[in-house]
Amino acid sequence: MLTTSDACCSAAVQQSAFLRLRFDDRGNRRLMCGDDCSDGSAGMLELKEVSRRINGVDHLAGISMRIESGVMNVLLGPARAGKTSLMRAMAGLDRPGGGEIWFNGVNVTGVGVAKRNVAMVYQQFINYPGWTVRENIASPLKVKRTPAAEIESEVQRVAELLRLTPYLERKPLELSGGQQQRVAMARAIVKKAGLVLLDEPLANLDYKLREELRAELPKLFADSGAVVVYATTEPLEALLLGGMTATMSEGRVTQFGPSHQVYRVPADLITAETYSDPPLNVFSVTAAARPARFPGAATLAVRPHHVRLSPKSGEADAYAATVLSMETNGSETFVHLRVGDARWVMLTHGVHAFEVGAALTVHVESGDVMSFDSAGRALALSARAA
Amino acid sequence: MARIDLQNIRHAYAPDPKSDADYALKRVDQAFDDGGAYALLGPSGCGKTSLLNIISGLVAPTAGRVLFNGEDVTARPTEKRNIAQVFQFPVVYDSMTVRENLAFPLRNRRKKPDDIARRVNEVLDLVSLTALADRRARGLTADEKQKISLGRGLVRSDVNAILFDEPLTVVDPQVKWELRASLRDVHRRTRTTMVYVTHDQTEALTFADKVVVMYDGEIVQVGSPADLFDRPQHTFVGHFIGSPGMNIMPASVDGAAVRLGEHSVPLASAPRLDALQKLQLGVRPEFVRLSATGIPATIVRMEDAGRYRVAHLDMLGMPVAAMLREGEAAPAAPHISFDPAGVHLYADSWRVDLGGAAQ
Amino acid sequence: MKPVSQKAWFLVAPVLLLVAFTAIIPLMTVVNYSVQYVATNAQFHWVGDLWYREVLHSEKFWNALWRNLVFSGIILAIQIPLGVLIALNMPRKGWGVPTCLVLMSLPLLIPWYVVGMIWQMFGRVDIGLMGVMLRDFGYNYEGDPLDAWFTLIIMDVWHWTSLVALLAYAGLVSIPNAYYQAARIDGASGWQVFLHVQLPRMARVLTIAVLLRFMDSFMIFTEPFAVIAGGDPVFLSTELSQTVELGQRAAMSIIYFLIILLLSWVFYTVMTRDDGEPIQTGGKSGSAS
Repeated sequence: MLTTSDACCSAAVQQSAFLRLRFDDRGNRRLMCGDDCSDGSAGMLELKEVSRRINGVDHLAGISMRIESGVMNVLLGPARAGKTSLMRAMAGLDRPGGGEIWFNGVNVTGVGVAKRNVAMVYQQFINYPGWTVRENIASPLKVKRTPAAEIESEVQRVAELLRLTPYLERKPLELSGGQQQRVAMARAIVKKAGLVLLDEPLANLDYKLREELRAELPKLFADSGAVVVYATTEPLEALLLGGMTATMSEGRVTQFGPSHQVYRVPADLITAETYSDPPLNVFSVTAAARPARFPGAATLAVRPHHVRLSPKSGEADAYAATVLSMETNGSETFVHLRVGDARWVMLTHGVHAFEVGAALTVHVESGDVMSFDSAGRALALSARAA
Repeated sequence: MARIDLQNIRHAYAPDPKSDADYALKRVDQAFDDGGAYALLGPSGCGKTSLLNIISGLVAPTAGRVLFNGEDVTARPTEKRNIAQVFQFPVVYDSMTVRENLAFPLRNRRKKPDDIARRVNEVLDLVSLTALADRRARGLTADEKQKISLGRGLVRSDVNAILFDEPLTVVDPQVKWELRASLRDVHRRTRTTMVYVTHDQTEALTFADKVVVMYDGEIVQVGSPADLFDRPQHTFVGHFIGSPGMNIMPASVDGAAVRLGEHSVPLASAPRLDALQKLQLGVRPEFVRLSATGIPATIVRMEDAGRYRVAHLDMLGMPVAAMLREGEAAPAAPHISFDPAGVHLYADSWRVDLGGAAQ
Repeated sequence: MKPVSQKAWFLVAPVLLLVAFTAIIPLMTVVNYSVQYVATNAQFHWVGDLWYREVLHSEKFWNALWRNLVFSGIILAIQIPLGVLIALNMPRKGWGVPTCLVLMSLPLLIPWYVVGMIWQMFGRVDIGLMGVMLRDFGYNYEGDPLDAWFTLIIMDVWHWTSLVALLAYAGLVSIPNAYYQAARIDGASGWQVFLHVQLPRMARVLTIAVLLRFMDSFMIFTEPFAVIAGGDPVFLSTELSQTVELGQRAAMSIIYFLIILLLSWVFYTVMTRDDGEPIQTGGKSGSAS
């Protein structure tokens, strides 16, 4: 008995890394390399029909996607769309009810987070309050028993990257919110995790700080080889982070692709609505009143900045509207309109003043209109994908 | 409804303040006109929430007076000031239904049951909670609860002022638009004095007729959204309002032109300056033009925001952001020029009035 | 689909084993005794539900149960409001907080039997402080059952009210300031603040307080034993201790156990009814990576 298992073991040990991983997966399910991507090679996370159902409600409904390292992968959707549930499943915090999760060619379904090398950053600034910033950043390395000199140089490097060097001897709670969140991110970076999950990390920060960190984030993780997933409720944030976007709604990923493409050529109405701020202007059309240009359309939609005060080209439809209210941010005016039974928002450049209740004619270029069938699927994909 | 005057307000949280640095509010003199919609805008720690709580009486200022319609209310407790306040995180009475929550402030003031019922129904509609009116508040989601908080703030029609402390923090972007429109609508119809605290420029500018920009315990500028955009009085306002913020470049002045290296940018008039002042040129990204002529620059990074794109450029070693409309292409060898309407000169961070610039 | 790993059983095994030794096996032993007659020669004879019938037909048992219920009812009716009242008046900041907490914890640190002894002496009409003071009113816990009751209740209130107060205090300090501010702005009276802000926010900890105090008071033993040692059995616990027949004792224990289980369940269900969320909320908390 003993001899057989010994032989089996030594044989396996002498096999290639590939076989070794398979063996470990079958035996101890411990990842020898798996998530550990400190060598900077590319990583890939693959979800196969991942689902999770709690009390009859689908928190995740059959999600399949391949997420690669090198770009930001944004999960975009309103609260309770399933972003956090999906991240928890990716991390191994929750075991999915069905489906499989593969990381770098290894099936990690059901492997707990403790056995994986995963870093998470939350909306709340989570640091060890009793330790200095230096000790906080060093903590993942101490756990790995990294030599002291190496820890020191690594902490210096990452602190420099995140502009935390002047605060290394302070406690996290003495820092501003933005700095606290930087410390949390520094911990995620030194960990050299193969999978980095950022769950609305900027949501509790001031507007300007958010702008600043948002520009830095993609650069921070770009060369690490880690698969980076970022959850947000804000369409603008998803666009500005670049990379890929998966729009989520009610536990489903409605579309996954390059961010600008998902924004400009949404596959269905839900995706278009999810990826729109200010909200999309949606109007249903009956067969009788349907413009001939949109055969089979049940719903038409147009983005607020494509609703214009004057026609841009010959091929524009005019709509009669009533002004409900106005908002300006100094450079643009958001005009809330009533068009037929629907509420629209028109976004115009410059500050305009209209009387509330005033009648207005607005114009929509047919090239700007998105059309959807009765099931909400996109029909003629808009040609303007510039 | 009331006009609110803050006179020489100073506030320190620690007892016995000595220097200016000990004060969370250094010196604030500000009038809020009756029926105005105001926003207090600034980064966290600038003192905007302290100021709001001083108006509502939850915080007593270290020095200075608060007047409601000319009457000194500095010593009057919150419950006697007849104001409504909505907090950042939802505050609901768990044991009550949504309807009871909204009726609570009215019942406490012994309004007639008929009036209460009518008013509560109006407000339920306003914050789109009618469908949930008879549900217990306890089981609702965070943004539904925040709508209740908002509704309780709006339900009393006879208040001196309604104060909002970052009320839309926990609300989804889509719902934010809806609620902000409701608030504007309420303001337009009732003309109640409203003061809205936020760090979010979009929220502040879209909500308010007058925005009070605060920085480090002081007010740096008060103005309409267009004022703040077109004529930022301080480099902080230029940086803080607008996304991305204003390009601020170190510069020197030569007559009626600003010199940037060997290039010069014309000004509307020749400014009178002290020799020792630090000079900066400020131009918003919206006024930076990319074309074939002007100051040569290289594109470092492009950001796609959907309806516009932001080009981050390197111009003479300085970072400059330029905004491009959707569909507008950046030239291959970009040169930068500035739209004269958007060129500002700052001396020691404060804007120099050049007369003609920026109408 | 991958087969579910059977290794999980190995991980659960220690817990199962522990529970088996601490709860299941002793309980089953008692169940076994309760259906047997143990003769003097250690012979077991199957008697079925005989002991159960005997216990349920015993007037002493029903009297004891009734007394237990009345006792627990009185205890809860005094301790919960009193504990909440104390918690409401405890300081929220400053040096008073630690002082208060230490003073409140003192009675909790005293062993049960010592509490019995203290009060036994305290209530003595010849030398005890309370006994002497109340002597003129005819107080004598050794002679008058009503006075014995009174003593027991005072004893329990003295011993355990601070537990309720500490739990309620923990619930109170966790209420964010904004709730009080909002209530002031809404023009709520102090009573309304208590009713609509403090009480609902304390509900969770009060559920725990009620459960703990109910179970403990229902199992009261040492105190009556100390005060009424040698007298007639009053409560289920003392009744139990004086029952001689092993099988009957076992049957009584099982019934006693089931009553506590049932009543605790009823309390819990009633108090957490229409509670949107369960007591444990997972939320977004997770381990810091």
